[in-house]
Parts: sequence; C-alpha cells; structure tokens
Amino acid sequence: MTTRSDAILERPAGGLLPFLKRELRPKGPVLTPFNVITAALMLGAAAILTYRFIFGLATVTNLSQEFPWGLWKGFNVMTGVAFAGGAYVLVFMVYILRLEKYHAIVRVTVLNGFLAYVFYAGALLLDLGRPWKVINPIIGNDFGLTSVLFLVAWHFMLYMVAQLLEFSPAVAEWLGWRRIHKVLTGLTIGTVILGVTLSTLHQSALGALFMMAKPKIHPLWYSEFIPVLFFISSIFAGLSLVIFEGSITFKVFQHRVGEDLKRKHDDILVGLARVAGGAMFVYLFVELIKIVHGQKWVYMHGGWAAWYALEIVGCVALPMVLLITGSRRRDLTMIRTGAAITLVGVVLNRLNIAIIAFKWYAPVHYVPTWMEFIVAGAVISAELWVFRWVINRMPVLGPKPDWADEAEPAAVGEDGAAPVAAGS
Amino acid sequence: MEFNRRSLFKLAGVAGGTALLPDKAEAATHDAGGDDAILIDLSRCVGCRTCEEACAEAHGLPDPDWSDDFSYESARPTTETQWTAVNRYETSKGEVFVKRQCMHCLEPACSTACLTRALYKTEEGPVVWREPKCMGCRFCMISCPFDMPKFEFESAVPKIQKCKMCVERLAEGQLPACVENCPNEALSFGTRSEMLRLAHERIIQSPDDYVDHIYGEHEAGGTSVLYISPVPFEELGFRTDLDAEAYPELTRDFLTAVPLVLVAWPAMMLALRQAGEREEVLAGEPVPELAREEA
Repeated sequence: MTTRSDAILERPAGGLLPFLKRELRPKGPVLTPFNVITAALMLGAAAILTYRFIFGLATVTNLSQEFPWGLWKGFNVMTGVAFAGGAYVLVFMVYILRLEKYHAIVRVTVLNGFLAYVFYAGALLLDLGRPWKVINPIIGNDFGLTSVLFLVAWHFMLYMVAQLLEFSPAVAEWLGWRRIHKVLTGLTIGTVILGVTLSTLHQSALGALFMMAKPKIHPLWYSEFIPVLFFISSIFAGLSLVIFEGSITFKVFQHRVGEDLKRKHDDILVGLARVAGGAMFVYLFVELIKIVHGQKWVYMHGGWAAWYALEIVGCVALPMVLLITGSRRRDLTMIRTGAAITLVGVVLNRLNIAIIAFKWYAPVHYVPTWMEFIVAGAVISAELWVFRWVINRMPVLGPKPDWADEAEPAAVGEDGAAPVAAGS
Repeated sequence: MEFNRRSLFKLAGVAGGTALLPDKAEAATHDAGGDDAILIDLSRCVGCRTCEEACAEAHGLPDPDWSDDFSYESARPTTETQWTAVNRYETSKGEVFVKRQCMHCLEPACSTACLTRALYKTEEGPVVWREPKCMGCRFCMISCPFDMPKFEFESAVPKIQKCKMCVERLAEGQLPACVENCPNEALSFGTRSEMLRLAHERIIQSPDDYVDHIYGEHEAGGTSVLYISPVPFEELGFRTDLDAEAYPELTRDFLTAVPLVLVAWPAMMLALRQAGEREEVLAGEPVPELAREEA
C-alpha cells in the first residue's frame, strides 16, 4: 500500500542537498489565517527584540527592581516546560512500563517536548540580561554548585540532547540513513532512562527555584512542597497537552496519520485522561497536606483565598472529575474539555508562583506590556512552524519506511505501521 | 556540622550538574564566615544623607536625588545608581532615620542562587558582584530576602548593582566611605563580634534609648550589617518576619535529594523494564520488538 506519505519516505533522490532544498519549501497553501497571524506575531517580535537588545529590557517590558521576572520566564519557561512534561511521561509508559498501546504517539510527543525545550528554554535567552554569558555555567566559569538554577541549566541542556536522540531515528528515516538509524535506535532505552531521571529533577527544580523566595510568595502558594507539586503537575500538564494538542494535530495533519494511530487514537486519549486524572488526585492530596501541615487555614479568607480556590477547585478538581468521568464513559468531548481546563490551571499555578502571588503585598504590581505578550506569542508561533515542518516531512504520526522496520523482527502490520502492531 | 552541609552541597551540585565535573567547589566554602561588619545605630542618625553622597562619590555614581531635599516625602529604595538610601519614619518616639543598603548576609541567598557565582561572599565579609561571570538571570533578585541586588534594566549591557561594603577601600586599609564620612558616628566598622559587643554594650548602658534587639544578629541567618534602634524595627519598614535560619537552608533538602534521585531512578526504571520482560517470557509469549530494539 503506497500512500502519499510513503512516497516521501523513500531514500532522498538526487543527493542529499537537492533533497533538503526540496524539503525546505512549504507544503500546502501559504496564505492561511494561521500563517498570516503567526507571521505577523513573529515579525512584530523581531522588531521588539531588536529594540530590547539595543536599549535594554526596560524599553519593552514592565520588569522592575521589584519584579525581576515576568511573562517570558513565568509563562514561556515555567509553563512551557511543564507542558512539555508529556514527553517523559509517555516514554516512561511505553519503554519502561511497556504499555504498547501508547507507542503510536511517542514520536509526536517527544518531538513536541523537544521543540518546547528548544523554544521555551530558548526564550530564556531573550530574558537574560547578558545572554552572551549563558555558556558560563556550562564551561565552568565558576560552577554555582549550590544553585538550583545551575541544576536546571545543566538539565535543560542534557535533556534537550536526550530528547533529540530519542527522536533522531525519525530524522534518520527521513534522510534515509540506514546505518546511523540502527545506532540511534539502539540508544533509545538509555536516553529514555536518562531523560525521565533528568525530567523528574528539573521539573521539580523549577519549583525549588522559588524556595528561597519564601518571604515574597503568598503563603497559600509557598510551601516546602513546591518541588513535589511542580513535579506532579508536570505529569498532568504534559498529558493534558498531549490530549488537547493531539486532538488538534490529529485533525490538522490527518493526511500524515498512519493507520495504526487512527485505530488507536481514541483509546489512547481515554487512557491518558485516566492517568492525568490519577496524577491530579495525588496533586490535590499533596495540596491538602500542604494546607494542613502548614496551618494555612488562617489565610483562607478574602480575595487571595478565592483566587487560590479558583486555581485548585476550578482548574484542578473540576477537570480531574471531567477527565476521570470522561474516560469511564469514553466521552472524548468531556476529556478534551477537562484537558483544556487543566492547561488553564497549570498556567495559573505557574504564573501565581512566579508573578501574581509573588510580592502580593507590593502596592504596584507587575503587569506585562503588550510587547511582552507579542514576544510570548511569537515564541509559540515559531515552535508551531517548526513542528508543522517536521510533521509534514518526517515519519512522526505515520508509518516508518519499510527498511526501518527490517531491523525490527517479527511481523509488521501490513500497512507498514509501527512495530507496535505486532506486539499488541 | 558546617563541613557536612557543604560536602552535601558539593556532592549534590556535582551530581546534579554532571557526575563528570571536576571538583571546583572549594571556593564555595567561603560563603559562611565573614568578619568585616558595620553597625548602624539608628538613634544617632540625623538623616543628613552625607553617607549617600560619600557612597556616590566613592563609586563614581550620579549624585543622589536631592529634589525632595530633606523632606523625605516618599520612601526611596536603593537603586542601581544609588546603593544606599536614608529614609525618615514617623514612629512612637518621633522621627527616626534609617539608612538601607545590602545587608551582606553571612550565608547570602543571592550567592547561593547564583549559578555562575558572580555574586560572591568574600572571606572578608562583603558580598560582591563579579561582572565576567554574570549572565543576567536575576535569580539573585528573586532570592534575596532584602531585595538588595538591583539590575540595570535600561542597559543593553546590564550589571547587577548594590553596596559592596567598599571592598576596594577595605583592601587598602580604609573604612567604607559611608562609615568614614558619617558626621554623627551613627556608623561603626569592625569585626562582626566587635560590632555585636558594641551593640550589646550600648543597649545595656542605655536600655531606655534602645529596643533590646540587634537586627541582623539572627535575621536571615545573620548579616554583616547590624542595626540597633530606639523603636521596634516593625515601625521602620524592616522585615521582621524573616527566618532566623539562613535562606540557603531552604533549598538544602532539595539539593540533597538530587544525587539520590540520580542514582535511584535509573536503577528503578531498569528494574521495572526488566520485570516486565521477565513476566512476558514466563508467560510463554514472544518477546516484543521493544526488547530487541535496544539490542
């Protein structure tokens, strides 16, 4: 069975360079509403950032001595990395727990996670005052070994390499590099184990960054459990993103989706919803311990308590019920709604700790400028462009080329689908 | 106890970053000590702001803003161009003037937070910023309980700016500019134990003129700048809700757990994966592709 996507997976004809040149061209219509809006965002951001790098952060942001971290760190980095958590959760489920059902979406999730790290950790460079020094903690211009941020920096870097390796067989298949493919495939388990370990640590470390800011964060959000809460929430944040974004990807890139994934897609969403719901239950339990253990009942009044309740009840407990009920009834709409609300809740939580409940006592609070929003949007746009480019070219959602399966023993699905088909 | 804690930090850091890093953590062990200290006696401060002027002059900073002269209409924080600022407070005992600047903590949160050790507690006591190392992440500003590091948001080549206790002048055997120029001897300079003794003496000798509290003796684990005051510090805009434990302690448990996770997680995952494989083999089913994928 030869489909359009199979044709692309042939060994690049006419040499590598002409092939790459061909592949760089856009596929599909150029002047779509999505393209126009995202291109405008990126052009706007380019202008804003030029200005920022010539005249300093104050010219385009509302950052101040009181609020040194703003939207770019609080949203792009903090939230973006939590959303990218789906990658480590899925590889754990597939390669460690051997839940074969989810194999079909591993590649797209890892790609998503990798790009999220590249762009959202990359957004850090826009925010750093002296980005040309970013290499210092790596090359050893004095290692700040007592710094949680030192750990985060190293882990971001190592994890990006691990994710790239996890995804690299797809690149090798695209380029038709058979021998390299074999080597890269052999690295998968190693990088998975490394990646899950690194993720556990830096997802929680992003929370631990705020441990020393104890006198500045509202007590309803500050607790010694922040690292644990960040870790657990990265599980359901990542899975909710996989559910939410997966549903969109599945529709938008329908022509690239392989038979195997088409068959399993609904099943996968139902399963992920259950796992996410379970993680949220644990999260709520730790939140409860945090309140009881920290004797935080005394803060349960007024506007901040209402805001806290909105985050915890409205954006964790409610979507948890939706996700669990949805997976019981196999109601995909309910699952998608639950996932969407969960995502809002994670954004709220990260922004609360980094920005909103940070210095809650300050008479004048930080509010981002429109320019900060444009840049934040442009970072997401750029990621989506690269994501689309890769999806449209490499075997991510669909079947691998036949030769890639030769290395894999036993029967392969007749449509040349991923080897999972045989195992399950 | 000190030794143990630092070894743990070192271990955590090395393992947390990468197990292959050479051990370069020796210098980090300076972060607790600190001998030089300043005592600020608020009962003697008359709010003349000579210290502000002397500070600006000593460091080539712009002249302090005199526009509200001595009226002190609004509280002025320290800024990136003004490293010390005097403010007036109406208190239960009349007006009291407060000079603020970096507290030079014994175990600074800023230097602990700094991933390149650009902020650094010298052996002598001052906490200084080292330009070639800083990448401008501003994590020091998030972590400092006194909000003292200031960032040049208006610059394309921004620096972190704050009081450095005139570390260069100290090296030449001079006093910090503010201490030297204080006309009313509100500021004293010496070793921290001398300053603590002096503060205690003053409180004991005139108990009616001081509250029995040396701010900085225990706050944030102890600081190299100490205050004594005629009125409770709450009335003077000081944070009195700070931990008595040094702020770096708050991340200690987390960093201690890092090497544990680094060792335990991979082992557990390997075991989990193996367990799954074994079960399938025992069940007489063919080993799935996955198992051979890695071979």
